[in-house]
Amino acid sequence: MFYDLHYITIVFLIALGIYAVMFQHNLIKIAIGIDILESGANLLLIVLGYRNGGVAPIFTMAPQGKTMVLPTPQALTLTAIVIGLATTALMLSLIVMLYRHYGTLDTREIRRLKG
Amino acid sequence: MSWTEHAPILIIAAPLLVSFAIPLLERIDYRVRNAAAVASLVFSIWMVLIVLHKIWVSGPVVYVFGAKSAFLPLPSGFKFPVRIMFEIDHMSAFMALSGSIAATVGVIYSWAFIREKEGGLGKYYSLFLLMSVGMLGMELTGDAFNFFVFLEIASIASFGLIAYRREDPASVEASFKYMIVSTIGAIFVLVAIGFLYGRYDALNMAYIAKHMKLGIVERVAFVLLVVSLAMKAGAVPMHMWVSDAYGRAPAAVTATLVSVSQASLYGLFRVMFSMFGVTMNNHFGGWMLIIFGLLSMFIGVTMAMVQKDIKRLMAYHAISQTGYMLLGVGVGLAVLDNPVALKSYGLAAMTGGIFHIMNHAMYKGLLFLTAGAIFYRLRTFNLNEMGGLARKMKYTTIYFIIGAAAIAGLPPFNGFASKLIIYESVYKFNPLLSVVAMVVSVLTLASFVKVFHSAFLGPEISKVKNVREVPRSMVIGMGVMAVICVLFGLFPGMVVKYLAGPAAASLVNHTAYISSVIGGGM
Amino acid sequence: MKPMSKIVRTVAASIGWFVFVFGIYVIVHGHLTPGGGFQGGAVMATGVALLIVAYGGWSAEKCVRKERLPVFESAGLLTFILLAFGGAFLGVTFFFNFLANKGGLFGDTLPVGINPGIFNSAGVIPLMNMGVGMEVLAGISLILFAMFYGTKKVREGTCLADNEKKEEDA
Repeated sequence: MFYDLHYITIVFLIALGIYAVMFQHNLIKIAIGIDILESGANLLLIVLGYRNGGVAPIFTMAPQGKTMVLPTPQALTLTAIVIGLATTALMLSLIVMLYRHYGTLDTREIRRLKG
Repeated sequence: MSWTEHAPILIIAAPLLVSFAIPLLERIDYRVRNAAAVASLVFSIWMVLIVLHKIWVSGPVVYVFGAKSAFLPLPSGFKFPVRIMFEIDHMSAFMALSGSIAATVGVIYSWAFIREKEGGLGKYYSLFLLMSVGMLGMELTGDAFNFFVFLEIASIASFGLIAYRREDPASVEASFKYMIVSTIGAIFVLVAIGFLYGRYDALNMAYIAKHMKLGIVERVAFVLLVVSLAMKAGAVPMHMWVSDAYGRAPAAVTATLVSVSQASLYGLFRVMFSMFGVTMNNHFGGWMLIIFGLLSMFIGVTMAMVQKDIKRLMAYHAISQTGYMLLGVGVGLAVLDNPVALKSYGLAAMTGGIFHIMNHAMYKGLLFLTAGAIFYRLRTFNLNEMGGLARKMKYTTIYFIIGAAAIAGLPPFNGFASKLIIYESVYKFNPLLSVVAMVVSVLTLASFVKVFHSAFLGPEISKVKNVREVPRSMVIGMGVMAVICVLFGLFPGMVVKYLAGPAAASLVNHTAYISSVIGGGM
Repeated sequence: MKPMSKIVRTVAASIGWFVFVFGIYVIVHGHLTPGGGFQGGAVMATGVALLIVAYGGWSAEKCVRKERLPVFESAGLLTFILLAFGGAFLGVTFFFNFLANKGGLFGDTLPVGINPGIFNSAGVIPLMNMGVGMEVLAGISLILFAMFYGTKKVREGTCLADNEKKEEDA
C-alpha cells in the first residue's frame, strides 16, 4: 500500500482536475482545474522513472555501483510542462478578452453559440 | 543529389524555418513575408512527392534524428531503439500530401482574405505555418511522444488562430470551448503514452508494436487513446467543439483545420492498426469505429439541416463526412483476422475510407473557402440575408457547385468515387450500414441544395447590388482545390492504384511497419 | 498598474539583477547541472515580472526595452533551427551534434565518474540552450506585458480599447 501512494495521489489529482472542469462555473476555476490535471499527468511521468535506491541522473555526479533514476521521463515531463505553460498562458489571455467583452466570468452568462 | 536524403525532415523544417524568421522578414516588406510563407509550403509539397517516390521504389523510409542508426548497442548485445525517428510509409505520405496541399491553399487564400490593416498578420502567418508543421509532423513521426508534441503544437496554434478576430466575442468563446476540450484530450493521450512507456520502457511505435502483450494497463491506454484521438477528429459523441470552432474561425484557417483534424484521425488508425494490430480483439475495435461512424454520419447531417449560419452548417457536414471515413476503416478493422473476407471486401472498404480522407479535405476546404468569399463581400454568415449572388460572383458560384456536387456524391466529381467504393464494400459486410450511408448522402444533397438556392439563386436583395468578384489570390486558391476535385473524379482508378490502395495495404501490413525499423533479428 | 511603495521598489531594484544573473547561470550551465534553456529563461522572465509588479508596467516597459523583444525572440529561435540545419548539412542527419568531441568550440570530452565538469564540452547543446533561453525570456515577457495591458479598466461601451496610455489605472 505504501508503494502505491504515488499512484493514488495521481488518481486523486486527475479526478480533482476533471471535477473542477466539469462542475465549476467560474472561468478561472476551470483554468485552475486544467492546471491540476496537467500536474497529475506530469507526476505520473516522473513516478514511472523511479528505481528503488536510485540517485539523480547527472552525468558528472555518477557514482560507481549505484543505480540511477531513469532520465528519459524527466525530459518528457519537461516538455509537458512547457506545453502546459503555453496552454495556460493562452487560456488566461482568452479569459481576459472574454471578461472585457461580457463583464462577467460566469459560464452560465457567456453562452452566445447555441444549436 | 545528396540533399534529397534529408527530404523527410525538410517537409517540416522549411515551414518551421520560415515561421521563426517571419518577425524579421516582416521588417523588409509584407509581400516578402507572404511570399516566403507560400514558398515554404510549396517546397514542402515537392519534398512530399520526392519521399512518395522513394517509398514506392524501396519501401518505408526511416529517418533518424541525431545519428545514423536508431539503436543503442548495449554491452550485452541487446539492441534498443532510443532515437526519435520519422517512419514514413504509404499511409503517412498520402496524408502528408493531402495536408500540405490544404495548407498551401490556405496560405494563398489568406493573402487577400485577411486585410493588411487588421494588424497582427505576422503572428497570423507564424501560427499558420506552425499549425501546418504540427499537422505534417503528426503524420510523419514514428515515435509516440513526438506524436504528442506535434499534436499539441498544432492544437495550440489553432487555438490562437480561431480567436484571431478578437473583436468578435463569439470567436473568443468558440476558441475557449475548443481549448478546454482539446487540452483534456491531449492530457489523456499523455497519460496513455506514459502507461505504455512504463510497461515497455520505449517510446518507439514499432518497438511497442513488436512487444505488445495485452494486459489491463494496455487496454486502459487503448481506450484513452481511441477516445481522445476520435474527439480531436470530430467524431460523435465528442463532436461538440466542431461546430463552434469551424464556424467561427477565419475561412482560410477552417480549410486547414479540417486537415489537422484528419491528422488526428490518422493517429487513431496508426494506433489501432500498427501499434495494437491483431493482438487486440479487432472485432470489438472495428465495431466501435463503425458505431462512431454511423452516429457521426446521422447526427451530423440532421443537425446540419436546421442551421441558418452557412459555416456552422458546413461544420456539421464535416462531422458527417468523418463518419464515412470511420465506417470504411472500421469495416476493414472488423475483418482484419479473416483473410478471405479481408481480401474480398475489407481492403476495398479501407481504400474507400482512406480515399475519402483526401477527397473530404479538398471539397470541404473548397466549400469553406467559398463561404469565406461570401463573407468577404457581404460581411454576414446568415443565409436569410443572402440572395442572388450567382449574377455577380461567377467564379464563387462555379466553385460552390463543384464542392456541393462532390460532397453529395454526384459523378464526375471525387466524392462519387470514394462513396461508391464504401457503399459496395460495406454492403457485403452488413447491408444495413450501406443503407444508412446512402440515406445520409441524400440528406447531404438536400441541405446543400437549400444553401445553393438561398445564397446564389433567387432575386437580388439590396445588399448584394454592389458586390464584385473576390480578389485574385482567393480565386486561385479555390481554383487549385476545385481542379483537384475534378481530376480525382475523372481519374479515380489511377488515384486508387497509386495513392489510396497502397495506403490501405500498408496500414494492414503490420509486419512491414515493424521490420523497417527493427529488422528481422529480434 | 500603479508603482508600489518605496520599500518594495528599493528591494526589487536590488534583488532583480541577481535574479537575471541567476537565470543566465542556469541557462549557460545546462549541460553540466540541472537546468537549461527553458528553465533559465523562465527564471529571467520572473525577474521581469518582479519589475512589472514593483514599478508599474510603463516604467518596466522602458527599462526592459519592450520594442526589441520580438526581434530577440526571433533571433533565439533562428539560432536553434540553424544549428539543427547545421547538423544536417555539416554532419550526418538533422540535430546531429557536429561540435561534440572535436576539440574546437565546446568540443572537449567529459570524463566518466564524479568530476566538477568541463564548461567547454557537449558541442551544440550549450549554444541551443542559449538560443532557447533568449526565446523563452522574450516570449514570456511579451506574454506578461500583454496581460498587463489587458488589466486596464474598460471604459463603458467599448470593447478592447488597447494600448492607450491612460492616467487612471486598474
